[in-house]
Amino acid sequence: MIAPTPGHPALASQAATDPRLAKKQFLRDAAESVRDTGHRAFVRKALGGYYTNRDAQKSRYGDWEQARDAASLAKWSAVNHLDEMLPRFVANFEAQGGVVHWARNADEARTIILALLRDAEARAVIKSKCMTSEEIHLNQALEADGYGVVESDLGEFIQQLRGEPPYHFVFPCMHVRRDEISDLFEQHLGTAPTDSPEELTMIARRHMRRLYVEADVGVTGANFLVAETGQISITENEGNARLTAALPRIHIAISGIEKVVERLDDLAVLLPMLATAGAGQQMTCYNTLYAGPKRAGECDGPEEMHLVLLDNARTAILADPEQRDSLHCIRCGACLNVCPIFKNVGGFTYGTTYQGPIGSVITPHLRGLADWNHLSGASSLCGACTDACPVRIDIHTHLLHNRRNAARTSPGRLEKLGHRFFGLVARRPWLFALGGWLFRRTLPLAKALRPPPLSAWLATRDLPPAPQESFRAAWKRRR
Amino acid sequence: MSASKNAQTNTPTNTKTNALGPGGHDNAAARRDILARISEALRLPAPPPHGGGHAAGADAGGRSALAILPVEAARPFLPDGGDSPDASLAILAANLEKLRAVFFRVPDLSAAADCLFAQARERDWQRVAWHAHPLVESVLAGVPCSTHRVDVPGEAFDKDALEACDAGLTACECLVAQTGSILVSSETCGGRALSILPHAHVVIAMAEQVVPTLADALASIRSEHDGQLPSMLSFITGPSRTGDIERILVLGAHGPKELIVILVG
Amino acid sequence: MSRFAASMNVSLFIPCFVDQLAPRVGLAVATVLERLGHTVEFRPAQTCCGQPAFNSGYWDEARTVARHALDVFAGAGAVVGPSGSCVAMLRVFYPQLFAGMPEETAALDLAGRTFEFSEFLVKKLGVTDVGARFPHRVTYHDGCHGLRELRVRDEPRALLRAVRDLELVECDEAESCCGFGGLFAVKFPMVSTAMAEVKAGSLARTECDYIVSSDPSCQLQLDGWLSKNDKRPRTIHLAEVLAGTEGFR
Repeated sequence: MIAPTPGHPALASQAATDPRLAKKQFLRDAAESVRDTGHRAFVRKALGGYYTNRDAQKSRYGDWEQARDAASLAKWSAVNHLDEMLPRFVANFEAQGGVVHWARNADEARTIILALLRDAEARAVIKSKCMTSEEIHLNQALEADGYGVVESDLGEFIQQLRGEPPYHFVFPCMHVRRDEISDLFEQHLGTAPTDSPEELTMIARRHMRRLYVEADVGVTGANFLVAETGQISITENEGNARLTAALPRIHIAISGIEKVVERLDDLAVLLPMLATAGAGQQMTCYNTLYAGPKRAGECDGPEEMHLVLLDNARTAILADPEQRDSLHCIRCGACLNVCPIFKNVGGFTYGTTYQGPIGSVITPHLRGLADWNHLSGASSLCGACTDACPVRIDIHTHLLHNRRNAARTSPGRLEKLGHRFFGLVARRPWLFALGGWLFRRTLPLAKALRPPPLSAWLATRDLPPAPQESFRAAWKRRR
Repeated sequence: MSASKNAQTNTPTNTKTNALGPGGHDNAAARRDILARISEALRLPAPPPHGGGHAAGADAGGRSALAILPVEAARPFLPDGGDSPDASLAILAANLEKLRAVFFRVPDLSAAADCLFAQARERDWQRVAWHAHPLVESVLAGVPCSTHRVDVPGEAFDKDALEACDAGLTACECLVAQTGSILVSSETCGGRALSILPHAHVVIAMAEQVVPTLADALASIRSEHDGQLPSMLSFITGPSRTGDIERILVLGAHGPKELIVILVG
Repeated sequence: MSRFAASMNVSLFIPCFVDQLAPRVGLAVATVLERLGHTVEFRPAQTCCGQPAFNSGYWDEARTVARHALDVFAGAGAVVGPSGSCVAMLRVFYPQLFAGMPEETAALDLAGRTFEFSEFLVKKLGVTDVGARFPHRVTYHDGCHGLRELRVRDEPRALLRAVRDLELVECDEAESCCGFGGLFAVKFPMVSTAMAEVKAGSLARTECDYIVSSDPSCQLQLDGWLSKNDKRPRTIHLAEVLAGTEGFR
């Protein structure tokens, strides 16, 4: 699907009323996306450079696999001692003048932020990229309350003008062509058309500079929360997050509770790996550590710094020891970059904030297994995601675990019967052989009649003719 | 701890009293609930990750191996940062070049001033912003145009004046060979905006400030600022950039389009 | 023909649809192993490994089928199969399926003696040259289970390089999934087809005569798409290349 229409689950802030609405929408959108071969080719081309750059960066590591072990261990340690690490982080952060707000769910997070804006008598809000803010649908809430919000990240800004959510969590507008961006700027900013990416970037840069200076509140995300020092770490390339947290009077950061790392030193491994796996860079341009608002003796900076810590079902994932490691995710996007499903259906088809393989793992936990398990089903379990993950999350196995959990709690009646029946046959070799013989004999008829699920295959693929005899028959004859 | 009239209900004591926070939100209750859920969730242990035995010093007991590794432990699995000052310098130079930063090595401060003069002239800078620091002040004479100091004591910070400057001149905490990064802090490098708002960022540093790896830089943060961290520390790795438009690299997205590093000694 | 290992007893593991739809593949495996001087048996009680139910999340139903497989192969020597996905099921997933259950010991035991055909030849028997000749230009498609679950990547290539008059070229997406994924192929057919299209495109760009695969399920998917779209080349199983039998369609 190229763009979400109003009412699309990607834009919805409430759970789907029809439990299978999300799945039906997914199938519709996937079908539409794969039909658009031009779009698919464009996305594949966009990702082509990533592989080359990533491999070049990986080769600079002494041992990439060992680095993955270290990164994985750093996150495992923090998440599995979250009961100790999160309070430690909060205490250290608060000791430096930061204010922490605890949000159990999206609703509380929005309430907190809206109230902060009200208390601050804010007029203009500037934002840097924050997937957590997408998760809580913050922009809609702010705009509904009359605040002007501008996304400062170029890709997010483009998506904001298009009225679309981000297509990919690191490359928000990777599906948009430059001529479309030129038209967009012409329409919304009154600028002259151009097909130069450089000129288009400069247009956005010029537009944004006044906004940084004039905004009274800057909203950012956070990539890591360092327990040892009470600092939050923000990774970016453009510099918009640095500006968002430098110029406005008030800085509000939003973060999931799972972003904790134990020690500052852990970032020596995690920062370069985030850049390498996510974008094929050795380090992103700006990796910034914030320890509260402006200090006495510093000449600039926000007077207040607030951090909103969000649970929103993360503790539910934490409570599942089998899938707890999906909370290790550093949101690098590597799994999206290598996923053949993502590359063919695109970011909007998932219909939810977090796309791709990791999104397909956590969304059933965040939004309900019965409604969203189809995301875990829409995978061939090829495992490319697990191979790509810098913190070694066993992503494709978790998709399988979600399927198993769904089969337990809300099995498909017909499918379960089908597997039962097959099991019955498979335990009886004579019956299996007979069934096979029948299958081969009736295959030509079946091909003509096309009953489901055969119809799903035959629509786009052929089946070979049935061989005269099975292996077991041929073997018997051979002896 | 800074205070503002709007922050009265939002002081850190919020969670310790029963006062309701912003929007009537019961912050203390939310904190209690979330921490309780976390404790409950962690009663079931999760096995340490795949290959947990490969990371040096990992024990089967499951407690973080990294917690028992000394911070200065070498990490040969990460990219090389050089095993000698000369090696580190060479790696730094190579990285800065790849990142499209402009890099000059000069023998002394006077040469540094000359270098700065040439750069300012070549780029036709009209106004350069700076902050009070011995290194910065010693090359300031090399600036052929007008200047603007951002950290005049007693004066409010002037965002508009900074925005009108063509370049920002700063010192730095250190330079990291491994990644080609420059570490700046809000305390020692003129605040938060000086190194990010102007179109060009010039860093003046001594060769002794080069460290091999990120780990070294992070360790230096701990030792230099023990007790009172600057409110902002930033690793700057090349000029600002974006690949958002068709994945084509463009420099100077929002931060400086040019990063010029003058290394003395 | 090199022969480093003493004659071994091999029990053929014939996946259900090799049995019913591609028996030549099983016969080719037997041919190669016997040519190398090993004793090959086929236990006719075997039916299916249980992967379809397992991948769909119906693990109780999968266990029913898997228990039967455990019984069938109890006491067998080396269990060798021409399918990365089915061997992965036995070796990697049976221990997970039966974790903490009475069958766990049997599952671990079976896992320890189950091999994919190419890895058996190269790693267990120490053989790369099986005396085959196949005068064609070929490319190799890595099936995901073989590649990522079993870590089989170099073995098929080593075997192919030792085949006389064979030219091996790599496609630019050797490690991309063909899109079969078991029932995924019919549950999300449009996505599955798109993946086949991309992979087949990459394979065809090598201008090879044959696409060699170690996984009959991948073959079903790729040939299905290529045939429907009237394109060459078609696939051939590694065992057939090594047996010197060329399957034509």
